[in-house]
Amino acid sequence: MHLVLFFIFGGFCVAGALNLLLQRHPINSALSLIVVMTSLAVLYLLLGAEFLAAVQVIVYSGAIMVLFTFVIMLLNAQREERTHGSRAAYILGFPGAAALFAILAFIFVQNGKSLGFVDLSPSTMVGTHQLSEVLFRNLLLPFEVTSVLILIAILGAVALARHHEPPRNQSRPAGKEQR
Amino acid sequence: MNFWWFLLISVLKIAVVLFILLTAVAYTVLLERKVVGRIQNRWGPSRVGPFGLLQPLADGIKLFLKEDLLPTAVYKPLYILAPCIALACALTSIAVVPFGADIKFKGVDLFDIANINIGLLVILAVTSVGVYGIALSGWSSNNKYSLLGALRSSAQLVSYELALGLSLVGVVLRAGSLNLRTIVDVQATHGALSWNIFGGFQIVAFFIYLTAAYAETNRTPFDLPEAESELTAGYHTEYSSMKFAMFFMSEYANMITVSCVATLLFLGGWSSPLGHLLPSFGPILDAIFPVLWFVAKVFFFLFVYIWVRGTLPRFRYDQLMGFGWKVLLPIAIANIVVTSLWLGFVKPL
Repeated sequence: MHLVLFFIFGGFCVAGALNLLLQRHPINSALSLIVVMTSLAVLYLLLGAEFLAAVQVIVYSGAIMVLFTFVIMLLNAQREERTHGSRAAYILGFPGAAALFAILAFIFVQNGKSLGFVDLSPSTMVGTHQLSEVLFRNLLLPFEVTSVLILIAILGAVALARHHEPPRNQSRPAGKEQR
Repeated sequence: MNFWWFLLISVLKIAVVLFILLTAVAYTVLLERKVVGRIQNRWGPSRVGPFGLLQPLADGIKLFLKEDLLPTAVYKPLYILAPCIALACALTSIAVVPFGADIKFKGVDLFDIANINIGLLVILAVTSVGVYGIALSGWSSNNKYSLLGALRSSAQLVSYELALGLSLVGVVLRAGSLNLRTIVDVQATHGALSWNIFGGFQIVAFFIYLTAAYAETNRTPFDLPEAESELTAGYHTEYSSMKFAMFFMSEYANMITVSCVATLLFLGGWSSPLGHLLPSFGPILDAIFPVLWFVAKVFFFLFVYIWVRGTLPRFRYDQLMGFGWKVLLPIAIANIVVTSLWLGFVKPL
């Protein structure tokens, strides 16, 4: 049963990822990405990580991808034109990506045990108590470092998006500016 | 637990719950029209059947028999997919809601479809995916009113989802579990006194939840996505017949789910407000009374929904955003801090 479900949702995941690359309209690509995220959540569920699965759907499918579609809708992005891509991508990009994938796969297969892992199976994760122990005690440093990383990203976004406003015209009454 | 019994009872439960939910949706619409009518000093529907009780049936037949228009300029796959997503998500989230006491028949829970230990998160996850129904309908309609409605809706849902999720943290902290049954059991010890809204001191969280949930379900005073005075009908302007009915049903099904969750988390779910003061009435009545309490509480929330609609005017858009980010979110975070401190110092685990 688990194996069948794994193949079904693994297939969805790969098909969604391929569709994401092949579709020419941004909104279809965004929707394929949602399919990928959601089928990943199902794969987590099959591994027994219920909390992770639910959070994956809430955060990625429910929040981040909504912002993606929001931006696509707001900019009313049209179909993109096909290009052949840059030559640098062919020469450096594809071999580089393949090499990175090979190295990561090698490390995970060879030294997976010594990398450290957390058991998220339902037998150990009975409630929020155990879960918070893992997050805030065993994995405290990665957790805090990630939050600082997100803070940096937010500050960067604010700095990039801030308007450099010209000095305000005093003659116009406040609250009646044309937007 | 026998697999075939499990399958049979599950299918029966799903059929019964869906039937009750859809009937409740139809009659919530009637209730709304009646109550809003009386608030505005008029009768509301009163012609079809006694007291207008058959009005939902007439509405259903009307919507079903209407011509299903497909405008030329729409993006067809998403235009058809969008109402399906909206309705599917609205109907799925009811699956983890427990309606009554923990009674098993042949090893299968009778009063919920699925009892899982992350029930609360599942409801949040499913409702958060429901946004796509609205967002995609607006975009694929190729109509500026629809697009504006969908944009407003996405922005509003993302903003208020934060306050909604954070308001629930206090409740989860108190129960120490995400299982909806455990959350109710924690509140069931001393009747109404131990409900989260009173004894759990989560009254602030309750009002944050209620406000954010009104915004999540696009109801007055946060119904900007379908503000008819500015956007004709918002995201479902181009929809007709059953596709429109699917949006309509999903909105009311979401209202019912929100009321169920509010009941479970803050008003003690199916537990009686009198606690153990009532004597036992035998096994069958003891199984039925909790369901009646649950329905009564959900009905109360639905009534409040309609009451608010009949009373409050609509927010302006900047007020809506300011209220969500500058008022609700800080209060929700403060509530988490205070609840954690209280639980940490007064009631150490």
